[in-house]
Amino acid sequence: MKPLTARRVWLICGGMLAALLVSVLIALKLGAVPIPATDLALSLARALVGAEIPADHQLIIFEMRLPRILLAILVGASLAVAGAGFQALLRNPLADPYVLGVSSGAALGAIVSLVLLPRVALASPVAAFLGAVLATTTVYFLGRRGGQLDSHTLLLAGIITASFLSAVIMFLMTTLPSSHLRGMAFWLMGDLSVAPPVSLSVLFMLVAAGAAAIYTTAADLNLLLAGELEALHLGVEVNRVKLVVYLAASLLTGVAVSVSGAVGYVGLIVPHLLRLVFGHDYRLLIPTAAIGGAIALVLADALARTIVAPTELPVGAMTALAGAPMFIYLLRRRMH
Amino acid sequence: MGIPQTNSGLDSGSTRVHAAADEARLFVEQASYAYGAGRREDPPFALAPVSFQVRPRELLAIVGPNASGKSTLLRLLAGTLVPLSGRVRLDGHEVSRLPARIRAQRIALVAQESALLFPLRVWEYVLQGRRPYGRWPGFETPDDWAIAAEALAQVSADHLRDRWMGELSGGEKQRVVLARALAQQPLLLLLDEPTLHLDLGAQVSLLRRLRRLARTNRYAVVVVTHELNLAGAFADQVVLLQQGKCLRVGTPAEVFERELLEQVFGAPLEIEVTPAGRPRVHLRAEP
Repeated sequence: MKPLTARRVWLICGGMLAALLVSVLIALKLGAVPIPATDLALSLARALVGAEIPADHQLIIFEMRLPRILLAILVGASLAVAGAGFQALLRNPLADPYVLGVSSGAALGAIVSLVLLPRVALASPVAAFLGAVLATTTVYFLGRRGGQLDSHTLLLAGIITASFLSAVIMFLMTTLPSSHLRGMAFWLMGDLSVAPPVSLSVLFMLVAAGAAAIYTTAADLNLLLAGELEALHLGVEVNRVKLVVYLAASLLTGVAVSVSGAVGYVGLIVPHLLRLVFGHDYRLLIPTAAIGGAIALVLADALARTIVAPTELPVGAMTALAGAPMFIYLLRRRMH
Repeated sequence: MGIPQTNSGLDSGSTRVHAAADEARLFVEQASYAYGAGRREDPPFALAPVSFQVRPRELLAIVGPNASGKSTLLRLLAGTLVPLSGRVRLDGHEVSRLPARIRAQRIALVAQESALLFPLRVWEYVLQGRRPYGRWPGFETPDDWAIAAEALAQVSADHLRDRWMGELSGGEKQRVVLARALAQQPLLLLLDEPTLHLDLGAQVSLLRRLRRLARTNRYAVVVVTHELNLAGAFADQVVLLQQGKCLRVGTPAEVFERELLEQVFGAPLEIEVTPAGRPRVHLRAEP
């Protein structure tokens, strides 16, 4: 008998933050121009004490790789927490912003804002959030059968919604200048190579707010997994909890998609692996999913940058390569 | 640590005397309910006004055929349905108006089925019963652990503590679900068909346990059941429902009349009274 304590959550999160630091160092080292470990260490140490560093290192480490790594941390953490949130909200362990079509809704929102308000920087995350909210609502109602959420109907509804929204996105993209097209295609697949229009600190604050909002409901989500009526009988204000998670998970998805496009399966793989290691308690799952999602995407992007260097793959291709087979495996295992 | 607000000094002597001395705890006054005919697949259903009272230490059984309104009545008592007319009050408070958290500190409901999405250990499951008392961020205190352990002990399930919920037998699972309800330290304990998947021995031991818990922990207990003989043998009061109407409320001997039960259940019956004054229902042998 080992009940979860705040101390245990802090310890595990501390360990995972150390792992995140290591993966950041790995990602700084890897790339089209490999940097030897000793040179990297030297430059980082010099930067820490404010000393002069070589110009090429300044460019590659601090102007090219680090911003992209920070973006990967932001997107990975958002998607993993949103995935864990949707899994509890919809009582479906296969829920993920991408699979549910929520990412496509956010992408459509972002594109619409690009067509209508190309000069307003904050328009794209806000529109992506609204798109995510609309897509979640649609899928939620399509996924019901006889007044009940049906697990497989829900997944099917998500996939169909995603495909429909992608068609609308394609249609809108034809109205954009053709010079945008390659970038757009990458963005749709999920890509971290474009610097976000909004400052990273603003985005990080939005993500922190969304994740914190979901964390306030963590203990209630544990009960919600057993069913809404049962949670209600155990004192959970079910409607309030659902609304908080629904809005916060949509916000997280919206922010992630507005800067990186539709990176798939992070919200599925990361919470799933963490459940295998640490169990199902949301009080531990939410913070570890945030850090674990960041680690996963930092490493996935480092791979995407190096695997066919000097050409870069969109990071969404990497996560889909790992995530799609895993989704099928989990789906088939659940059917038996 | 005793589970609820037990004053064990009062427990000496005949519990019957004390039960009579207790003020009624649950007041159901002309409570009714109607489901709209909104959804095609559900026929409209109405529960006509029902009235009864339950005192601490008392066990009340709600019996009746299928679709008689037993579960609807239970949900009215649980406060998750708001009565169309009349009132359901627990210690003076209307239950459907209590905030969910306060309600869960006073009313525990053992539902028929509890579907788990992810595997859970028995002790984790029982600790869920402490959630209504938790503060943000909701980590349980050593007190909560002690109360959960005590709840498991009260249903003789300490040895199951580290098992997975999915591995338990029907009887074991029912005890653990009951332990979670005890961990809520309720005033009112509601059970929806708790004997449904249990064999005869487990059914009897569950009802014995419920009656004992009602006495020692001063719960008011309400059980919905199909088992007339369990109700007859263990309940202090019986509410008999048929097609949304309450036909009779009273002691088992008052409610279990041959003509009445034969009409309600549509089967030829015989009723025998045991030396303890408890009615026992038999199916009359076909000639």
